[in-house]
Amino acid sequence: MPENGIGASSVRREDIRFLSGNGKYTDDINVHGQKYVFFLRSDVAHGKINSIDTSKAEAVSGVVGIFTGDDFVEVGGLPCGWQVTDRFGEVMKEPGHPVLAQGKVRHVGDPIAAVVADSLEIARDAAEVINVDLEELPAVVDMKAAVEGGTLVHDEIETNLCYDWGFVEENRDAVDEAIKSAHHVTTLELVNNRLVPNAMEPRVAIGDYDASNDQSTLYTTSQNPHVIRLLMGAFVLQIPEHKLRVVAPDVGGGFGSKIFHYAEEAFCTLAARKLRVPVKWTASRTESFITDAHGRDHVTKIELALDENGMFQAIRTDTCANMGAYLSTFSTSVPTWLHGTLMAGNYKTPLIYVNVKAVFTNTVPVDAYRGAGRPEATFQLERVIDKAAREMGMDPVEIRRKNFIQKDEFPYATPVALEYDTGDYDATMDKLHEIADLDGYEARAKASREKGLLRGLGINCYIEACGIAPSNLVGMLGARAGLYESATVRVNATGSITVMTGCHSHGQGHETTFPQVIADMIGISEDQVHIQHGDTSNTPMGMGTYGSRSIAVGGAAMVRATEKIIAKAKKIAAHLMEASAEDIELKDGSFSVVGTDKSVGWGDVCLAAYVPHNYPLEELEPGLEETAFYDPANFTFPAGAYACEVEVDPDTGKVDICSFAATDDFGNVINPMVVDGQVHGGIAQGIGQALREHAFYDENGQLLSGTYMDYSMPRADDLPSFVVDHSCQTPCTHNPLGVKGCGEAGAIGSPPAVVNAVIDALNKGGFDVNHIDMPLSPSRVWTAING
Amino acid sequence: MATVTMTVNGKSVSGEVEGRTLLSDFVRNNLNLTGTHIGCDTSQCGACVVHVDGKAVKSCTIFALEVEGSTVKTIEGMANPDGSLGVVQQAFQDNHGLQCGFCTPGMVMSAAALLDENPNPTETEIREYLEGNICRCTGYHNIVKSIQAAAVAA
Repeated sequence: MPENGIGASSVRREDIRFLSGNGKYTDDINVHGQKYVFFLRSDVAHGKINSIDTSKAEAVSGVVGIFTGDDFVEVGGLPCGWQVTDRFGEVMKEPGHPVLAQGKVRHVGDPIAAVVADSLEIARDAAEVINVDLEELPAVVDMKAAVEGGTLVHDEIETNLCYDWGFVEENRDAVDEAIKSAHHVTTLELVNNRLVPNAMEPRVAIGDYDASNDQSTLYTTSQNPHVIRLLMGAFVLQIPEHKLRVVAPDVGGGFGSKIFHYAEEAFCTLAARKLRVPVKWTASRTESFITDAHGRDHVTKIELALDENGMFQAIRTDTCANMGAYLSTFSTSVPTWLHGTLMAGNYKTPLIYVNVKAVFTNTVPVDAYRGAGRPEATFQLERVIDKAAREMGMDPVEIRRKNFIQKDEFPYATPVALEYDTGDYDATMDKLHEIADLDGYEARAKASREKGLLRGLGINCYIEACGIAPSNLVGMLGARAGLYESATVRVNATGSITVMTGCHSHGQGHETTFPQVIADMIGISEDQVHIQHGDTSNTPMGMGTYGSRSIAVGGAAMVRATEKIIAKAKKIAAHLMEASAEDIELKDGSFSVVGTDKSVGWGDVCLAAYVPHNYPLEELEPGLEETAFYDPANFTFPAGAYACEVEVDPDTGKVDICSFAATDDFGNVINPMVVDGQVHGGIAQGIGQALREHAFYDENGQLLSGTYMDYSMPRADDLPSFVVDHSCQTPCTHNPLGVKGCGEAGAIGSPPAVVNAVIDALNKGGFDVNHIDMPLSPSRVWTAING
Repeated sequence: MATVTMTVNGKSVSGEVEGRTLLSDFVRNNLNLTGTHIGCDTSQCGACVVHVDGKAVKSCTIFALEVEGSTVKTIEGMANPDGSLGVVQQAFQDNHGLQCGFCTPGMVMSAAALLDENPNPTETEIREYLEGNICRCTGYHNIVKSIQAAAVAA
């Protein structure tokens, strides 16, 4: 393994500040003279605001300003970034999403009023004496009830159905026919449970306004500050980009939940302009639970048609996807283009039809959470395959292998619009067999039985579409943004390099891994490369970090910019050595003339660029700084195979994860240590979804699992150590690094492995249980066992 | 308002606080030691763990006035005298025991307290001790590894 550059497990430089308490998260920023905002939020899921009396609150000493929806009538609502067109060619229903509620509240947590005061305590105290005449209305929580009508979340659109999407609509009849005439059809109805992303850092927003130059600054916990600047500036507050700076400093985890533009960001920015004081909001965890976009929440029926040999003939799915009360920024794309397109999985199913009904309910908006649509696709597919194998008396690995797209069949066009560039699914399955020690399974099962426990083994595959995304393609599919990434590579006069990227690191380790790439390209030490991100004022316009895109898209932009740097540097070196640029070779940080012993160092060339005394000024501009925007030609397709072993206590229904093994094909890997860490974290979130986590609403729209005492976050003693491997590598064919991305894989691949293992354990233990919905809590498992 | 005095990271400090001021807020707001983080409001997440008189304490569960006269150590006090990372901190860096870094100060403080009590913990003992610290990034795998490495290095 190399000690420097691509492939090295370089320890993370950013860790030093995080480990010594010197990280700078948004809540660590205090702007001189700042005031504090407290939002008065709805405690009912659905209600009509008859009146709001703020007079008592205004009289509280220390209150600087009080705002209600009336103060935000002149500004835009929070925009949705993706327009989905339904089966019938109609565009989706897109109700307004005001910054502060106007006329109605639609979920517990919807902001009714905001108090700005000298301290948070004063703001909170004042909010308590705001008198809201709120007429509670019946809430609609269940998606089926919502589709059937009755209570409307948004009166003006006269339905709770956002869209009824069919994909591929032209395949619908052929799929129906294939299922009708199939040798065997396996049907499974399942729930993909609603989750709360729960980044450990709660969201924070600080609005600041400088009247001397009419400049607004927003400090915010965001994965994509440029996107926030564009959405908030252009669509909500009408502030042009050059008058608006968005800063996302150290961000304590995102997992998707910090992609979106939230009301509090717009509020703090506007309130600071109106009040001429900085305005700071820090979410309490309780607020996070009822205002951060939730994830998943699909109810699905999937049918898999097979021939007598177990070959997949067709798949038909019918899904209801919860949008919550409003359309969050990318909510509409998740159950459609990030879900339906993945239904082929790793297999050669010739006919697929996916139907998705997106539904408004009186719950917190739902949007992308680690994996975003792909975990939902993978879960239903890998669960129905396991059920089919059981029904047909086949081995679950064998049925998968015989349906795999073979390694010599790439590029492979699926019937759901994707073209996989590379893969070798048998190789990852073979590797899984080895690292999970599947040969030793029976002995372990025997040992479990001797303890009175039921042991089960769950195996599944996954594929995901990452490196989001080709702009022209997603534009055709309804995206209202481009999805390229940018990088400016600034070589300093003494040879060090500053890379300004539109990506954002909130745990991924870009500050360490991105320099590894440049160090490799130029042949200098990683220490000479610094990564700058998170501030729209000093980074080029880029789309941020999500969808496992940073290295595949942002890294590619950085490579392209560095190639320009090298090309120019070669011309400078050629001038210095009185040679032709075509004859210059760059190796180990030194430029040499091929076939001679002439050479000049990286530092000398950089210095010549900035002190151009001996420089081809008639041909070249001084300086060494280049920008590249990279728009990917295709998605990337990480894929892998996962194995989970569980022990189930039949007396209590408690499930213990005994082992978890993951083999992933991420293509080329920049930093194996960081990649391992990404997979570990994803697996933990997937196990959390499978066994513990559930954002549970009662019929009145109250979130019953709204604190860490009720929402069961996986803790250290709930999880085993993991066995992970990414040595099977089929490099991506269309980006310059051959990388695929690794951030979401663990969360996508792991839930079906856990559930398959539990179902396997129960069946081997003599219990005829086909499925249990996540989370597989002891009570649910016990109930399944005991009928 | 009342005055509270304590020793924090080896220095005597005092400040004006309300009766309801939590130690976590005092450390962050009065002392500007922002390494101590607030991740929840129900004393569940452990991002705010500090040492009070040598014991790991969630600083959001204790009022500033309650630690009058006590010795407090925060993440900012964990480095070696020369400013380099201490043993536990270094083990976290070497073993990729952190990602976003938000839970990290609490994890390091809990880990250090564990190793004070039990210099050679098993994996199970480490996992059970960390019950009060939530990490969303690492899946705990490398945190456990870091603490094992710190135990060996100490």
